[in-house]
Amino acid sequence: MYVAAKGGEKAIRNAHALLAKRRRGNRNLPSIGLDQIAQQLTLAVDRVMAEGSLYDVELAALAVKQARGDLIEAIFLIRAFRTTLPRFGYAKPLDTAGMQVRRRVSATYKDLPGGQLLGPTFDYTHRLLDTSLGQGGVGGEGHEGHAPATQPETSVEAEPMPRVTDLLGREGLIEGAPEDDGTEPFDLTRAPVSFPVDRSTRLQALARGDEGYLLALGYSTQRGYARSHPFVGEIRFGDVEVIFEAPELGFELSLGTVQITECQTVNQFKGSATTPPQFTRGYGLVFGQCERKAMSMALVERALRWQELGEEPGAPAQDEEFVLSHCDNVQATGFVEHLKLPHYVDFQAELDLVRRMRAEHEEERREAGLKEAAE
Amino acid sequence: MNTQAIGGMPEITYNFAYLDEQTKRMIRRAILKAIAIPGYQVPFAAREMPMPYGWGTGGVQVTAAVLGRDDVLKVIDQGADDTTNAVAIRGFFEKTAGVATTTSTTEATIIQTRHRVPETALGENQILVYQVPIPEPLRFLEPRETETRQLHALAEYGLMHVKLYEDIARHGHIATTYAYPVEVAGRYVMDPSPIPKFDNPKLDDCPALQLFGAGREKRIYAIPPHTKVRSLDFEDHPFRVQKFAKPCALCAATGVYLDEVILDDRGGRMFVCSDTDYCNTRQEAGHRGEMGVPAESASSDVMPGLNPGIHAVPPGHPVQGVDGRVKSGHDGVPVESGREGDAS
Repeated sequence: MYVAAKGGEKAIRNAHALLAKRRRGNRNLPSIGLDQIAQQLTLAVDRVMAEGSLYDVELAALAVKQARGDLIEAIFLIRAFRTTLPRFGYAKPLDTAGMQVRRRVSATYKDLPGGQLLGPTFDYTHRLLDTSLGQGGVGGEGHEGHAPATQPETSVEAEPMPRVTDLLGREGLIEGAPEDDGTEPFDLTRAPVSFPVDRSTRLQALARGDEGYLLALGYSTQRGYARSHPFVGEIRFGDVEVIFEAPELGFELSLGTVQITECQTVNQFKGSATTPPQFTRGYGLVFGQCERKAMSMALVERALRWQELGEEPGAPAQDEEFVLSHCDNVQATGFVEHLKLPHYVDFQAELDLVRRMRAEHEEERREAGLKEAAE
Repeated sequence: MNTQAIGGMPEITYNFAYLDEQTKRMIRRAILKAIAIPGYQVPFAAREMPMPYGWGTGGVQVTAAVLGRDDVLKVIDQGADDTTNAVAIRGFFEKTAGVATTTSTTEATIIQTRHRVPETALGENQILVYQVPIPEPLRFLEPRETETRQLHALAEYGLMHVKLYEDIARHGHIATTYAYPVEVAGRYVMDPSPIPKFDNPKLDDCPALQLFGAGREKRIYAIPPHTKVRSLDFEDHPFRVQKFAKPCALCAATGVYLDEVILDDRGGRMFVCSDTDYCNTRQEAGHRGEMGVPAESASSDVMPGLNPGIHAVPPGHPVQGVDGRVKSGHDGVPVESGREGDAS
């Protein structure tokens, strides 16, 4: 009976043993290596690093494996690990203009310094299932002779690739990038957020926010809920160096490179009494190659700036407290899924009330019936 | 946290009670502030815990911050020590802190709870840690944090009174049965967490320190020992608690909160103590309800690894013990009592 089925340590142990078994799948098949996940499920690993806010390919691959491919679960594993790590300090701002670019497209110029570089993209592929990927033998992907006939992947280093927004900025056509005033940024993983928040806090929250959620909100801005006439000034993906200045050493050192996707949108702004008409920016920055997320982030980021730009409020994507309070998928999934925890104490209280109110309702009806009959 | 390379992947070890000392310090400061301002929600930098948000991360962080090596920890969910999440949280502290755990309310120095206050009165050397999902009592009346913080600052609680009044006007009752709002030390209106309102009177003048942790919402609040806690009500509609028509079917306790257990698909059900430790203790002392099991056979069904035993009712046993049918219907239905449960 139910009291006995309440759980207990044994039931939990058994459930976890079963989970481990299911995760491993058929033992006649080889276990997936972390290098295979990191190399062949790159975009899953990228998403886990981005929303897990931790740049570590190997750990992200491990999380994907441990989570059986459930990416939000993998993100959660990474977050729970990340939170235990000590903080040494802040890196210098990444110089995305100095990126070793692997992909770069602009929707605002046909050609521009550095050129357009398609790089590894699903864009323009025909979404037809490629059954050759499922074949292991001769002619299949697993076979050594099966190699796509392409040029080896190169990154363009020779020609500098200035950011489109910098090009526009030289003419004063677009608002300037905010100045770095040297103050330490707010860290939303180390301090509670209190609304309203500054732009850097907003960007932090969005950068680790759920891709699907931001996609939907970004989409809503294109359909008239806080329309801001965006152009993709530029999307670039590649490797940037992380520079750290250790105060004890007195000089800068490179910690290595990280792969990031940056999206800058160019949006309309009619100008105000004090500011001449100029374009405004929406900004998206994500670890790894996550273009959908970077673009959505830029759209939502721009929509959230309605107040400083004197725009009409009212759309969901403009509502800072709403957008930021619900963008974290680890928080969201935890709270939604906690509904499956027992609630029978509270339910008992509700049962009691509903029964009592039903009894009173019945009583009132009977009295009304008697009264009617008497009249 | 330390890492030590073993094979390809580093071995990961954690601090006592998982959190690093700096984080505990930050949480303790928030707790001290919360104690200094009873009922006020103190923002704190809640960490991501290795368990999901909404599953007790706030309570776990508070417990981790106040837990010492000599503490004896009890964890309950729905009043029971053997509910899965209580087992998981107790296991977490056994693993990360190696502290002694118990199911006995009287032996525990720290009790972490979800949705209940133990029936056994708490003492001054105990801390009760509540897991809180939504710390803001005004949240469902005003979703914006920016607004509700202002309402608290101004002690502007008209919204809440209007809500309770509208309940009465519409239903003849205050339709809040759990997470029933309280006023703490005559100042802040506070959410007591989703405990049934039955438990609200236990918060008043309690000798134990009561701490409330909301991890996802990043808030800690507290009721210091012997603080006045009043459930909101009206002169003509005083606060009342649920009262059950029948005693516990296992230990015959009255004046306690009962779980309704469905026995079959023909309306058969029984009411048993929600507080498993209270029920077990009474059964051990010889109290028997109408479906109570003799002591010998009860002890054979004790959950492994738990001490003293959890009241696992032998499958089918009590049901068939009473003609295979449990009397049900109106006599089993809890009814609202008079004023006896009134907190004020």
